Amino acid sequence: MFSLGDLYKEVIIDHTKAPRNFGKLEPCSHDAEGFNPLCGDQLHVYLQINDDNIIENVKFEGQGCSISTASASLMTQVLKGKSVDEFNALFGAFHDMATADMDAQPDEETLGKLAVLAGVKEFPSRIKCATLCWHTVKSAIEDAGQPARTE
Amino acid sequence: MVKALKACWVSNMNIEQIRNDFPTLHQEVFGHPLVYLDNAATTQKPQCVIDTVRHYYEKDNSNIHRGVHSLSERATKDYEAARETIRDFFNAKSAKEVIFTRGTTESINLVASSWGGANIGKDDEILITHMEHHSNIVPWQMLCERVGAKLKVIPMNEAGELDLAAYVELLNERTKLVGIVHMSNALGTINPIADMIKQAHQVGAKVLVDGAQAAAHIPTDIQALDIDFYATSAHKMYGPTGVGVLIAKEELLDAMPPYQGGGDMILMVTFEKTQYNALPHKFEAGTPNIAGVIGFGAAITYIQNIGFDAIMQREKELLNYATKKAQAFEGLKQIGTAKDKACVLSFVLDGVHPHDLGTILDREGVAIRAGHHCAMPVMQFYKVPATARASFSIYNTEAEVDALFDALTKARDMFA
Ligand SMILES: Cc1ncc(COP(=O)(O)O)c(C=O)c1O
Repeated sequence: MFSLGDLYKEVIIDHTKAPRNFGKLEPCSHDAEGFNPLCGDQLHVYLQINDDNIIENVKFEGQGCSISTASASLMTQVLKGKSVDEFNALFGAFHDMATADMDAQPDEETLGKLAVLAGVKEFPSRIKCATLCWHTVKSAIEDAGQPARTE
Repeated sequence: MVKALKACWVSNMNIEQIRNDFPTLHQEVFGHPLVYLDNAATTQKPQCVIDTVRHYYEKDNSNIHRGVHSLSERATKDYEAARETIRDFFNAKSAKEVIFTRGTTESINLVASSWGGANIGKDDEILITHMEHHSNIVPWQMLCERVGAKLKVIPMNEAGELDLAAYVELLNERTKLVGIVHMSNALGTINPIADMIKQAHQVGAKVLVDGAQAAAHIPTDIQALDIDFYATSAHKMYGPTGVGVLIAKEELLDAMPPYQGGGDMILMVTFEKTQYNALPHKFEAGTPNIAGVIGFGAAITYIQNIGFDAIMQREKELLNYATKKAQAFEGLKQIGTAKDKACVLSFVLDGVHPHDLGTILDREGVAIRAGHHCAMPVMQFYKVPATARASFSIYNTEAEVDALFDALTKARDMFA
């Protein structure tokens, strides 16, 4: 049986209480809003992407549960300095980790510290909390103009 | 059927005996005894309801109102008997006024579409309260958009009580309909519908009462209250999901156009013209949820056999017990502290998001709801994204309330 500790690891609690890169980024080249209608999570991400398609800076603000806040906080740390292509690869790897079979091992080489969120797959109703920020960045980059949704 | 219904007799409010009527309650979740405190979302079902539904599928399964064979005759009789049980329970004037639907949501949509479409026009006003469930907001917004009417909102105070002076101010001769939730699912507030209905009628407005949350907890006498439209769902009163009722005054239903067309709602169809069936069948197009309706009847009988005196006394004790604990719990803020409230403890806890509380409590076997409770304007009023909500029912115990607060202590410590 999976324990609560698999989800609420110390790192996650730490990022919940002190989210990194929290706030507005001004000016920014891309931004988008994300909603999780199930729990009322609201997220706004801001990105500064340069002409070489490198994410120079990324910040977020909003209201959410521990999992969505910590996931966004960790994501911003990891994305700084990455290219948009690298973002897409990470997006795929993160999504796979969050929705994988119970006994699958996360791709730690690609994911690095993001692997700390692997526990969400044991909590089906919480997977969307962890993936919301990733969907939001994706829609910001693709300039979808529509708020991102986890539904 | 008769045998299953007999099992619904409960001699008095013996909690152990009542708990034994509900098979779902007797299980473990993550190694803890289940503590089910999400009754405002849906209640558990007593064995007699389960048996009644099963009896229909095992012995009487057939379509109603059309077969001449024995099975169809038995099913039709039980289906119509349920209608009479429900009429009696809510004291509607006639069984013709009792229309089966998929639930509260469909009942309200039926009224907005059929009655609203025919009676509400440009610049007319629809008045609803700030604490409505989305199902008593969105159908009216859709209607307003279609016909150019205005939706106005009766405000509430910090305790979650309606501002009745403001209500009287808002009422005017353009007000065509007032929609009021009898008991708020997000706050527990019981609204003073008797006075509000009288005031609405003075300006000629009709009143729709959303009884989804109240019906299992407080008696509702539709004739005494003079309710024009009443909507509720079986699944919040120990009955099956996906079935509910609209009860409306016969003269209103008579004048309303049908909501959906199809089988059962007609007398005579030619390609030139269709003559509609009499009430209530005019509003029951297609094969209904027969097992659900018969199970709904059994659930009502179950409630009647316990009796509202016992139910209300018991639920008040539980709410008082839980409220005292909530007041003493550091960092907890109750959302909804109306003087007149029932069965709902909605709250936020410093430093722990409601959604995390929901997950952490689940691992302790405690089932609560976390979210906006389909009442986003209530969340906006209190400036919170979500609340945690424990909601009680006749089968809950003080020990379960203790388990809730033990689990909350654990959650608070995790984020301390
Ligand atoms: C006050 C209130 N109204 C309406 C509804 C909708 O009921 P249903 O989903 O059964 O149509 C609910 C259920 O959550 C409710 O609590």
